[in-house]
Amino acid sequence: MGTKAFLSANEAAAHGVRLARPKVISAYPITPQTTLVEKLADFIADGQLDSKYMMVESEHSAMASALGVSMMGARVFTASSSQGLLYMCEMLSYVSGARHPVVMADANRSTATPWNIYGDHRDAMAMRDSGFVQLYVESGQEALDTMIQAYKLAEDPQVMLPVMVNLDGFTLTHTYDLVDIPDQDDVDRFLPPFQTKMKLDFDNPQVLCGTIGPAFHTEGRIQQCEAFEVAKKKIAEIDAEYAKMFGRSYHGMYEEYKCEDAEQVLVATGSLAGTTRVVVDELRAEGRKVGMIKLRSFRPFPKEFFASISGKYKALGVTDKSISFGFDGTIYGDVKASMYGNCGTKMANFICGLGGRDVSKDMIVEMFDVLQNLSDGKSEDEVQFIGKRW
Amino acid sequence: MKPKRDLDFKAPASMEEIPFGASFPAGHLVNPNSGYRTFAPKFDYDKCIHCLFCFVYCPEGAISKEGEKLTVDMDYCKGCGICAHECPKKCISMVKEGE
Amino acid sequence: MAIVFKDLPDEELIYGQKSCQGCAALLAARLTMKVLGKKTMLACPACCFAATTSVYPESAVFVPNVVTAFPALASTLSGMAVGGEAMGLDDDVTYLGIGGDGGTVDIGLQALSGAAERNENILYICYDNEAYMNTGVQRSGATPYGASTTTTPAGICSKGCDNTFKKSLFEIMAAHRVPYIATASTSYPKDFMEKVAKAKAKKGTKIIHVMAPCPTGWGYSGEKTIEIGKMAVECGLWYLAEYEDGKYKLNMEPKEFKPVETYLKAQKRFKHLKEEDFKRIEGYRDADWERLRRLVQM
Repeated sequence: MGTKAFLSANEAAAHGVRLARPKVISAYPITPQTTLVEKLADFIADGQLDSKYMMVESEHSAMASALGVSMMGARVFTASSSQGLLYMCEMLSYVSGARHPVVMADANRSTATPWNIYGDHRDAMAMRDSGFVQLYVESGQEALDTMIQAYKLAEDPQVMLPVMVNLDGFTLTHTYDLVDIPDQDDVDRFLPPFQTKMKLDFDNPQVLCGTIGPAFHTEGRIQQCEAFEVAKKKIAEIDAEYAKMFGRSYHGMYEEYKCEDAEQVLVATGSLAGTTRVVVDELRAEGRKVGMIKLRSFRPFPKEFFASISGKYKALGVTDKSISFGFDGTIYGDVKASMYGNCGTKMANFICGLGGRDVSKDMIVEMFDVLQNLSDGKSEDEVQFIGKRW
Repeated sequence: MKPKRDLDFKAPASMEEIPFGASFPAGHLVNPNSGYRTFAPKFDYDKCIHCLFCFVYCPEGAISKEGEKLTVDMDYCKGCGICAHECPKKCISMVKEGE
Repeated sequence: MAIVFKDLPDEELIYGQKSCQGCAALLAARLTMKVLGKKTMLACPACCFAATTSVYPESAVFVPNVVTAFPALASTLSGMAVGGEAMGLDDDVTYLGIGGDGGTVDIGLQALSGAAERNENILYICYDNEAYMNTGVQRSGATPYGASTTTTPAGICSKGCDNTFKKSLFEIMAAHRVPYIATASTSYPKDFMEKVAKAKAKKGTKIIHVMAPCPTGWGYSGEKTIEIGKMAVECGLWYLAEYEDGKYKLNMEPKEFKPVETYLKAQKRFKHLKEEDFKRIEGYRDADWERLRRLVQM
């Protein structure tokens, strides 16, 4: 039935990691991630967790060694924040392209300059295109639960994507709340040991992270995109399965809170969803028709959902703890893009030229033909890979 | 026995055959290296004392010592000439391809 | 363990790679694998070795292997070794890293330092061709004085590379007190392979820094790779040494160095050097050897 404890979100996340039983933890300290990795060291020192702990000399090495561990077929965990995450950046792309289900926590913190140790989402948003699934949590409880769900998602044979669980620096990482800690036996039933064929194995010698030239590069990227599409379904399914077993649900990729008859709705992420939830309740008590959409999964992004609510509310606000300089807040740009259907111009997205594949004149003609079809009222897939083999 | 080329290799014909996560079989040779070669080593076996310098120094590992005589895998000899240059008995000569 | 050529396995575990003719880097890898055998997990970073062995659908490495990021050889390899232990793999598996000089003494040094300080159970082989050869012969921290590279071209105002010494991986790693470090040369294959065998038998971090002449980057004809490597050792611009159990040892101490001029003049990268430069290089060499001899006496 589990136990209850008064924990910070970092400590709660550490319990989630402990319950997922990673074989190896590799990490480098950075505020405000430290209390999470310290707690894991405590668990190992106390015999509560049977893991090897690599105290590496940098974040780059933390993710590189996590890749090395994962390539041996072992479950692994790492965590970072801010500058540390940026320093890891090269290895994030490496891990995701190689489809290794590394799970990490990011104790979200701003990035210099100005030097600042406090929370915003500029670190994780800078990793938007790294190929990591990005989940954001609202509370310590959600941090613990999401950590376990993250492994289930990452290691799903149809997904095989690395996952970053984001918890707001200080606002969550260093504030305490009462948290339910599930029993190990139950978690073991929910999350079986990691099994993979894509590992360094004397019985089946493979090259991992090899070089793939223009001839087949695009198709590998399409596989990655497809995995993100699968992840959209799996996030909801895993959350539902978790709810059945542990009695707590986070509604999959997003949650609509008091949106049914709402006129003004705010999109919120991470700890901000907790605050917004309270404000919605208060304003509702005053008779105002407000609601909240909590964005739990930033990558994959629930664009179909946002497209479906286009025109539903009188006004929709989007909160962003990051800016894409020269444009808008990062999430706002995505929400707007998802809802573009109202803009009057038919649009399509052509992805091409990946990994050096040539984009020929014929392909450009193909794109114009798609636009012609759209102009003639025919339907076309919105996002198309041009020049793909199949 | 030197590793052999996979003469039956066919490039992926569907998404299922694309190397997943850039992983693919180790020790898999498709194209020969004979195209590098302008000169090919020719052994004068009468002079060979089997010192194996050529076998050891060959960067390709193209020389085999398995049989009675040293042999060269002409699929993978690049014709660099190290074997001839290092042979203490000068029993290897580099002969222009096709001559 | 004495290496006898006739007892070496005929089986090749690095084969069919696409390096230049006469490439000593790939020779170093091949000889290493002759000693280590099939129970080896191999990692390499971006370098000539990676570019010539692991481009789909070709793989010239006949054991499980991985191509990792440029700065990440020692860290990825550490993860493999720790992961292998966690997964209960046999104790006698060798976790082998093969990286170039730039990937080792420059961009990969931090990760290697971390791995060595933690004394991870890895064997790290740095093949030194004295510049970033894979990207087209740019200067690295291991490029010697006077070498013309594409980023230190010799010209009216330039003598080529102005490093007064090659960054000493040997001494840097000795400062980490790891169980075993050696320098070697592909021109002395028996010495090199015996060092690999010695390293294989030890637990902890082992590092071998092997000189690997590069016909393309150094400017000499491919058949001379072994000869050039010997000349480097004979004139004292490279040395064969070991650090083991806290002690330094020189494996070969020429009574009298051959003139550096002969070695340097055999390579296009040094062709602009003059008599005064040879003197200067001999000065650097003598200072280096004085250090080495002091270390041996420690």
